[in-house]
Amino acid sequence: MRVLSLGRWLRAGRVPPREPASRPSGHRHSGHRPQGPPQELPQGPSQKVSVEVLEHLEHLALVDFRDSEGVERLQKAIQFADQLHEVNTDGVEPMDSVLEDRCLYLREDDVTEGNCTKELLENARETVEEYFVAPPGNIPLVKLEGQKTFLQGSK
Amino acid sequence: MGARLLGHALRSQVSAALKEGRVTPTELCQRCLALIKSTKFLNAYITVTEETALKQAEESEKRRKRGQPLGILDGIPIAVKDNFNTAGIETTCASNMLKGYISPYNATVVQKLLDQGAVLLGKTNLDEFAMGSGSTDGVFGPVRNPWSYSKQYKEKSVPKSHSEDEEYNWVITGGSSGGSAAAVSSFTCFAALGSDTGGSTRNPAAHCGVVGLKPTYGLISRHGLIPLVNSMDVPGILTRCVDDAAVLLGSLAGHDPKDSTTIQDDFKPFELPDLPDVSKLSIGIPKEYHAPGLSSEILSLWSKAADLFKNAGAKVVEVSLPHTRYSIVCYHVLCTAEVASNMARFDGLEYGHRSDVKDSTESMYAATRREGFNDVVRGRILSGNYFLLKQNYEKYFVKAQKVRRLIANDFGKVFGSGVDILLTPTTLSDAVPYTEFIQEDNRTRSAQDDILTQAANMAGLPAINVPTALSERGLPVGLQFIGRSFQEKQLLTVAKWFEKQVQFPVIQLEEAERHDNGVFQHQKSASFS
Repeated sequence: MRVLSLGRWLRAGRVPPREPASRPSGHRHSGHRPQGPPQELPQGPSQKVSVEVLEHLEHLALVDFRDSEGVERLQKAIQFADQLHEVNTDGVEPMDSVLEDRCLYLREDDVTEGNCTKELLENARETVEEYFVAPPGNIPLVKLEGQKTFLQGSK
Repeated sequence: MGARLLGHALRSQVSAALKEGRVTPTELCQRCLALIKSTKFLNAYITVTEETALKQAEESEKRRKRGQPLGILDGIPIAVKDNFNTAGIETTCASNMLKGYISPYNATVVQKLLDQGAVLLGKTNLDEFAMGSGSTDGVFGPVRNPWSYSKQYKEKSVPKSHSEDEEYNWVITGGSSGGSAAAVSSFTCFAALGSDTGGSTRNPAAHCGVVGLKPTYGLISRHGLIPLVNSMDVPGILTRCVDDAAVLLGSLAGHDPKDSTTIQDDFKPFELPDLPDVSKLSIGIPKEYHAPGLSSEILSLWSKAADLFKNAGAKVVEVSLPHTRYSIVCYHVLCTAEVASNMARFDGLEYGHRSDVKDSTESMYAATRREGFNDVVRGRILSGNYFLLKQNYEKYFVKAQKVRRLIANDFGKVFGSGVDILLTPTTLSDAVPYTEFIQEDNRTRSAQDDILTQAANMAGLPAINVPTALSERGLPVGLQFIGRSFQEKQLLTVAKWFEKQVQFPVIQLEEAERHDNGVFQHQKSASFS
């Protein structure tokens, strides 16, 4: 029996409106047909993240929230992640890697390449001889004059 | 109709053409470069390496003249996603953070391709740092799906009087390897590298009507692939047919001493049977993949595909992967956590953008990162850091790792019960117009679009998108096959069989036809068919 080309089955007809998933009505119920969709995930209550934590995050990440949208984004991300708590993981070990059953490959401790100082320094903006140059360290992050972050402004 | 040269399949047609001297590597390279120029509006390429490509083509030609080609890929034009390091060539990850960064080395997969004589045409566009599902969030602008300009799509669109409306109507490629998918789909190259962390190769493959292969985690080296999620990233392969994907896989797979997460087993490149037989296989249909929002069109195609296998004698069974719906949540936590760690290297000291601020190291780092990263990247870094805080570590990060094991176990149980291959949709719908896509933010979109592809990354399994049919709107729709770990041969065999059954139509792209015909007229060479 020649198998019909799938293209023919989609020919002509009106463009259907974008619709949500529908049950395969009219099909015989067969064990191998895709079944109905699972239920929508419930949204849990969201805990507001304190300004202290937000500032702490900015400091750890050295990235700022910039505006309320950024903070809102984090709130939504946490709310989304909270769905994990619906899953029962009693007695389940965390999985670091899908290759956990194998031995990690370790090379012999022999030098096989290197001596590329020049190439590596080429990509740095500020160098002195063979050194990368950094501004002074051990100075806590202080906001520059006139450049309050969004969080500071909201305090 | 004689097949156009640039539309040829790599292995069966263009490689043969090169071997028999019906076309030279230089001619091939020139045609591809010209087509890239005339399809610039797609914005698929960030960097086009015209000079080096022509040089590589020249070298290939010399080798072929001496009768010493390096292999099947010698002289074949390819493109590489711009998050793979390429020596001497800018690698940007579509971010301000790496604009102007010239890689000092080749990623292992790039080196392997070059060692076999492939001609590197350029670096393709993506979402910034591969974060996204539309290829719309990079600093070089969005990639346009070539099918937006196809006869098939235009015919199905409501007739417009202005060309402006056509501009308005273009659809996305999907992401994040949208540039690579568009490059292959529009015939500018014969194969392209992408990356796949949550579906970033399979999603654009489905929307652009090309084959997108995600290999098993640990099979192909990640050395030189700028990492997103170390425990899930893999290099992805985009081609126009399954046989070509097998060729690329054969050239790239295998242990790499520079990537300790590659397995040490010997990898034997394989050729796929011409007439694959699926009658002895068991195909699983996971019911949870009938996700909310799945279009009725795709649902119908999925059903018909299942019937195809049944009629061919395969055993087709419904199976259950109960934790599927948590996969995307789990991914969200693990991905942001690993991203927070991986993005820490961008501080402006050794490479990449560096801010002018010089009061202190920390203020320089902070300013550099504020200037270099877009909102999406910064958002993920902040979320990731939140989940990794001491007070949240067990509750979120470790919890997600436990859920990951449950997801991986789900697959293990199903494959252990005798199922060989899973058949699922790749995307919830065909490609949406750009103007519609950007109505929702990146995180929401990613959560929606990755839902069907993500779990395979969670479990490290190989998966492939095979273009299946055109939608009512004239756009490609693909279906996904997921296989057992390291069983790419079986996976690709099934994919090839399916590909033969569905006979997915060739894109009718005015630009490519016009260009190819024009060049033909100047050649006196024999026809290609």
